[in-house]
Amino acid sequence: MLTKKVKKRVSLLSLVLILSVISIFLILRSLTSNILYFQSPTDIKNNNDINFNKKMRVGGMVKKNSITINDKEIKFIITDFDNELKVSYSGTVPNLFSEEKGVVAEGRLQDKKFFVADRILAKHDENYMPPELKEIIKKDVK
Amino acid sequence: MIKFFSNSNIFFWIEKLTNFINSIFFIVLLVAISFALILSPPDYLQGDSVRIMYVHVPAAWIGLASFFCIALLSLVNFIFKIKNFNLISKSIAPIGLVFTCLAIITGSLWGQPTWGTFWVWDARITSMLILAIFYIIFILSYKLISDQKKADKISSFVAIIGSINLPIIKYSVDWWNTLHQPASIKILGASSIHSSMLVPLFLMFFVLILYCALIFLMKYKTEIIRIKKKNLKRL
Repeated sequence: MLTKKVKKRVSLLSLVLILSVISIFLILRSLTSNILYFQSPTDIKNNNDINFNKKMRVGGMVKKNSITINDKEIKFIITDFDNELKVSYSGTVPNLFSEEKGVVAEGRLQDKKFFVADRILAKHDENYMPPELKEIIKKDVK
Repeated sequence: MIKFFSNSNIFFWIEKLTNFINSIFFIVLLVAISFALILSPPDYLQGDSVRIMYVHVPAAWIGLASFFCIALLSLVNFIFKIKNFNLISKSIAPIGLVFTCLAIITGSLWGQPTWGTFWVWDARITSMLILAIFYIIFILSYKLISDQKKADKISSFVAIIGSINLPIIKYSVDWWNTLHQPASIKILGASSIHSSMLVPLFLMFFVLILYCALIFLMKYKTEIIRIKKKNLKRL
């Protein structure tokens, strides 16, 4: 079964595979900042050379009791439970946008604490359950 | 195993299996669809759009699993040159492509009402698109290269290189920030989908697997016939 030809093919294949895995790993590592779909408020706080003119995305949780709506804009706070970022947005929000849920805002930073969004995406978490169960969990928490 | 596949009475077995699947398919389909569309509850947050998941998740699983099978068969075929494995992986590829595209399409239909967008370039969705492209290259390498041996070699090479993408798809939601949610169903540990929604999910998965098996058997049969009648034109 293990003839010379087979051995040659195995070594060739493993060489190619190892090389391509390493190269893909390096490519992905150097592209990390592009692959990251959004940055957290902590990333923004720690990043010292932010281009304020460039469009970017910020993601996190909408802080509890932080949404204020007037006739011009919606204001809310994105938090990752360490740092916070104020966001202002005018337009329609997706159905799933609500307090204590994930959100991704696309727009421009005004300064390190204030973000003007021109698009809001809701981020769904991995939990799926029927509405009755959610009521029960809510009651238990209270 | 290898002997079984090259057995001359393979047609007999294919016929038998096809008939068996045909006999149970519509009953299982009816049960699964009535569970998915009527008996299962809506989600507390997304409402009825959760029902898209019952097609989306199994379709994505099948897309990944078929490429894994193709890559594994190609690997063995590349090293030991077993011709039958080539036929099998060639017969799996179209179903895999269809289900990968189905996962992408149903995903974007789900994304519009929940996320607020049809398409984003996040890691999970982009890597899924790359998988679809690998499927297309794999199939095209059979269709376009007329030299059989060369086509076998190149296509199995494509499949082996493409298999590097599979762990990237699986772990993309853990390695990077993505809009796509992390995995709900874990092999180890409890899943975060309520059991009343898991039942239709696995039923739909079973139905789609049966459908895959059916299409695979039909395609495999035609491939064998094509080999047996060498003068048959390439379709």
